[in-house]
Amino acid sequence: MSLEEPTPGSATEVGVTEQGLDYDAIESLLGDLVVGRESHVNAESFVVRPDRVAAALDRLKNRAGFDHLSCVTAQEYEDRFESIYHLKKYADPTHEVNLVVPTGRENPHSQSGNAVFRTADWHEREAYDLVGIEYDDHPDLRRILLPETWQGHPLRLDYDQEQPQVVAFREHANPLQQDQRDDDTDTMFVNIGPHHPATHGVLHLKTTLDGEQVADVDPDIGYLHRCEEQMCQQSTYRHQIMPYPDRWDYISAGILNEWAYARAAEDLADIDVPEYAQIIRTMSAELCRIASHMLAVGTFALDVYGDFTAIFMYATRDREIVQNILEDLTGQRLMFNYLRLGGVAWDLPDPREEFFEKTRDFLDDLPAKLEEYHDLITGNEIFQLRCVNTGVLEPDVAKSYGTTGPVARGSGIDYDLRRDDPYGYYPDLDWNVVVEDGCDNFARVLVRLREVEESAKIIEQCLDLLEDWPEDDREIQSNVPRTLKPENDREIYRAVEAAKGELGIYIRSDGTDKPARFKIRSPCFSNLQALPEMSEGEYVPDLVASLGSLDIVLGEVDR
Amino acid sequence: MGEGVDARFNSKLREAFGSTPFILTKFDKFMNWVRGSSMFMLQFGIACCSIEMMHTYAVKHDLDRFGAGVPRASPRQADVIIVPGTIVSKFAPRMKRVYDQMPEPKFVVGMGSCTISGGPFQEGYNVIKGAEEVIPVDIHVPGCPPRPEALVYGVAKLQERVANGETSPVTVKPYELEQFGDLDRDELVQHLASQIDEEDLVMRYNWAESP
Repeated sequence: MSLEEPTPGSATEVGVTEQGLDYDAIESLLGDLVVGRESHVNAESFVVRPDRVAAALDRLKNRAGFDHLSCVTAQEYEDRFESIYHLKKYADPTHEVNLVVPTGRENPHSQSGNAVFRTADWHEREAYDLVGIEYDDHPDLRRILLPETWQGHPLRLDYDQEQPQVVAFREHANPLQQDQRDDDTDTMFVNIGPHHPATHGVLHLKTTLDGEQVADVDPDIGYLHRCEEQMCQQSTYRHQIMPYPDRWDYISAGILNEWAYARAAEDLADIDVPEYAQIIRTMSAELCRIASHMLAVGTFALDVYGDFTAIFMYATRDREIVQNILEDLTGQRLMFNYLRLGGVAWDLPDPREEFFEKTRDFLDDLPAKLEEYHDLITGNEIFQLRCVNTGVLEPDVAKSYGTTGPVARGSGIDYDLRRDDPYGYYPDLDWNVVVEDGCDNFARVLVRLREVEESAKIIEQCLDLLEDWPEDDREIQSNVPRTLKPENDREIYRAVEAAKGELGIYIRSDGTDKPARFKIRSPCFSNLQALPEMSEGEYVPDLVASLGSLDIVLGEVDR
Repeated sequence: MGEGVDARFNSKLREAFGSTPFILTKFDKFMNWVRGSSMFMLQFGIACCSIEMMHTYAVKHDLDRFGAGVPRASPRQADVIIVPGTIVSKFAPRMKRVYDQMPEPKFVVGMGSCTISGGPFQEGYNVIKGAEEVIPVDIHVPGCPPRPEALVYGVAKLQERVANGETSPVTVKPYELEQFGDLDRDELVQHLASQIDEEDLVMRYNWAESP
């Protein structure tokens, strides 16, 4: 059950019927704003004019209850540019609708959705950066992933990748070299990162401090922009894309990411997955989630205590065990490359009994270890001082930024795609969605620790099922064509619940064996966007704690 | 044995040296041995490889055992930088600055395929095709990512080379700083000419000609 107060008007949401969504009712709600209609594989889409985007988003949000802007995808066609707004509901993510905004090839302009959804801010900046669509009324339209001096928009059709890039030396001049004192203000500008132990990678926070308090913080990302979307667009569906998802959220959450791609591509190309493979996927995904949360908790403690010893070492000790199990299963320690379209790469390792025993041993030891974590972390007074009532993220703010995963659940938003938009073997298993309504750093850590318990429950049930599975029925992969060529112009957006939240993939096929557009909606991107809301007015150490509690991975933020 | 020293100080090493408290060696040789035996590593995380690097420092693999396990958060206190991950155009100059801030002598371990060549992202529009375009690398540890054991091996090899005074920086190639006025007037430079001061130094990422 959701911990939120039921919002007035949610009972009268337009278009909700017993069977699902009545898109005709939504179309009539949008009325004259709609100029066309398209069918995507995941949902119906309405085409709106580029100057009526905010009005359409507003109606969908406030009258039809689509309060979650998952993703904004921009792409170029031969004859036009297009932005797609993928909308969902936090209450029921199976209710989906897309808003398609075409603009002309010459000088593409489109209205910004930032006034309705804050999450559109960064997504549109990214669309501007990579595809080059300009968004009118956008508060701060500048490049986000690439350096400000970059020439051209790399995901355009005519982009020349061989062209050299020139950067003037003053772009890299040290901002601290000169005395930055300003007579008018008492604030001080401080760079945190991109090389800083508390930024969890190469994140750059431009912070303005008023004494010890944060007056303003501007996350500057793009120091790990590895062109993942381009890499996927030039790889074939069947085998070449699968290694890349491992490298988005690289904190050994590989199988969760792979599943995001597998789910989207399987739905796009109508591929079935055998039940046995679904169970293996579910089990291995939850093992990954445990490994990921362990590191999240370990590095969070590192941030708060500055402690490279006890808690971090405990966390890596337990991660090593999970990684060993996953290595037995997949053959790799970190980049598993284990899922295949239509199943998994291979069956459980031989001898199976040994694998079951090893995994069960780990699960048996887990409750005692979690007790240790609670003693070391959540029961610690210093930790509580730093985390209780700091980094507060109110549910409505969290929703506006499109946060998901433990960040949303720590703000009392009862949203988990494993349950709400079921996939894999999750619907047949007995487990709970963890929700805390503290809205602070402490709640987010609690959610992660408790989620480890739920993951353990899932793994245990999967182990039971796998152990009793008849030997002649262990089908690990369904029949998949050697070369996958989904029909021309099929479009899909599908998401799974990764360790950090909703990891979604948008794919458009063009009839070839490679996707025409591959867009990754990463949970960390939207979660990080909420950081200024959480930390303005707080102390610097609380900013660091807030950043740690978001559990970002820069590989996934920058893609 | 020297006088006044209790049994705890009479180690095997001491026995090997005999009764004299002096060793005769070349100063350079001694300094190389010292350098190789106490590596201060920069805490530097870029991408996937840094997760394995953290595991290398942590309980199971414990780089400390090899005399190379003092992670320093500041480059001023470190003499080895492990470059664990993909370097992209926005990050390369920052990494160079961190490297420049380290005191001499300094050593670089390139960890993983991305640091060697750009790895799986080599064909990306934004990815530097190896750390060697920016800073000189002493040891390359291949893998995607290399296992902690591999990194331990790489660091041990580096220590061995440092102790023997063998390590020599590789010449850094195409990433270069040049006067803006010296650049070939291609389309891009023409386009930028109005915006950039001719006296300004520029950095040029030459994607076409890098390996």
